[in-house]
Amino acid sequence: MQPIAIRDVSLNYDTPGGKVQGVTNVSIDIDASEFVCIVGPSGCGKSTLLNIIAGFLTPATGQISIGGKPVTGHGMDRGVVFQDFAQLFPWRTALGNVSFGLEMKGVANPERDRIAREQLRLVKLEKFTNSFPHHLSGGMQQRVAIARALAYNPSVLLMDEPFAALDAMTRDDMQRLLADVWKETRKTVIYVTHNVAEAVYLADRVVVMSAHPGTVKTVMKIDLPRPRDPLSVEFLDCQKQLMAHLGHNTNGVAH
Amino acid sequence: MTKNQQSTRTLIRGALSLLVTAALYEAVARSGWFPAVLLPTIPTIVEALIASLRDGTMIWHAAYTLYRVMFGFALAIVVGLPLGILMARHQRVEHFFLPLISALMPIPSFALVPLFMLWFGIGNVTTILIVFYAATFPMAFNTWSGVRSVNPLWLRAAGAMGADENSLFWKVIIPGASPFIITGMRQAFLRAWIGVVGAEMIAASDWGLGWVIFDAKEFLNADVMLAALVVIGFIGFAFERLVFGTLERRTVQRWGMVRVAKG
Repeated sequence: MQPIAIRDVSLNYDTPGGKVQGVTNVSIDIDASEFVCIVGPSGCGKSTLLNIIAGFLTPATGQISIGGKPVTGHGMDRGVVFQDFAQLFPWRTALGNVSFGLEMKGVANPERDRIAREQLRLVKLEKFTNSFPHHLSGGMQQRVAIARALAYNPSVLLMDEPFAALDAMTRDDMQRLLADVWKETRKTVIYVTHNVAEAVYLADRVVVMSAHPGTVKTVMKIDLPRPRDPLSVEFLDCQKQLMAHLGHNTNGVAH
Repeated sequence: MTKNQQSTRTLIRGALSLLVTAALYEAVARSGWFPAVLLPTIPTIVEALIASLRDGTMIWHAAYTLYRVMFGFALAIVVGLPLGILMARHQRVEHFFLPLISALMPIPSFALVPLFMLWFGIGNVTTILIVFYAATFPMAFNTWSGVRSVNPLWLRAAGAMGADENSLFWKVIIPGASPFIITGMRQAFLRAWIGVVGAEMIAASDWGLGWVIFDAKEFLNADVMLAALVVIGFIGFAFERLVFGTLERRTVQRWGMVRVAKG
């Protein structure tokens, strides 16, 4: 598992792919096996930052290194999970989707199959190895996506609001599952969300970003023992603090 | 309702609409409003059909037509599919071919038959080229649309997982565009089938379903014409339902990329 260094990263131009929410002078250091959440209002550039780390966008200035190696383009040291369920390949079964990265890496069967099954077991989908994505619920599809991103054993897992489109109950289950998966795999995780409770539940540290310009406002350490109890006083306290950082009225309800 | 019951119902519904149409035709044919030679009754047509199947001539005619259609159709796929993909992936290729396709696609293939006859004479070359002309453009056009509609998230996800250009092409773009590619094949086959019959009427000698129809005119054999039409309709129907229907069920329908209409 690798540490990540983000140094003075800025990107404020319109790319050929469309206008991006800009980020300005962002510097963050992330330890190996650390779980970092990035929260902020819409337009703060948190997804842009994640896309830069993933290598889908090139920063105008600054640089990012993973395990000391500078990032240029996407690479197999990072696994990416998106918000959209449609990220899975509909023409491949759950197993086929999870195998994709291994195929690209040149891992042959039966080794490939074994690893893919193992990953599906990790996200508790071993009974659905041969199902096509359209037969799986949204939560299951996101679990396949997580298994797929982990299968080729990247040291870093990048997640862009992966549970935002799920219903609240499924989301809670998924957060627990992700916490378990992280505990087992010890990947370095960068997780973008706009959900305060989610950030407090998952993160070792929360990076709070603000918009105009999109930059790091503050970094908050979450010093709660795991597994965390979302109903404990300490948990709610952390949520209040985080919301205060975000500039919310602390009597308001977390979204 | 089980799947079996459902398909039985579909079959009954299809048979019913055919039966009603046939009964109406029969009634008109027997009414005496038209000479029986020009509007033969269904038993007469069936008799002509059976006779031509018995002596094997109709089967040979159909075989010739199928050969021409499959040859031209295969050529159209070999050319149209890569062309559509190249157009969608490279702007220069798109800029060059898109206007060409837009201009050539509306020209009925039948209108080219006399010209092709001057160039290539009578026989297989001309008929196959007509089929090729008719089928290539819908194939290329639909493939082009399909590749353009491939979800960029798939490309991103595949890229993040280390896919190179080759794997992107075979493992993401082709399956991702498959609903359109199959639609393209369907349309291409339909146009090929329409094209081949037209071409055979004037550019084939001795063999082919189109030639049968045109030749029967000389002898006032309306029953043979209608028998050939039945064969043409049947083969077209069989391809649409069996070949392309099965292909669709086994791929894009199974993958949930196209949905079956409900109700």
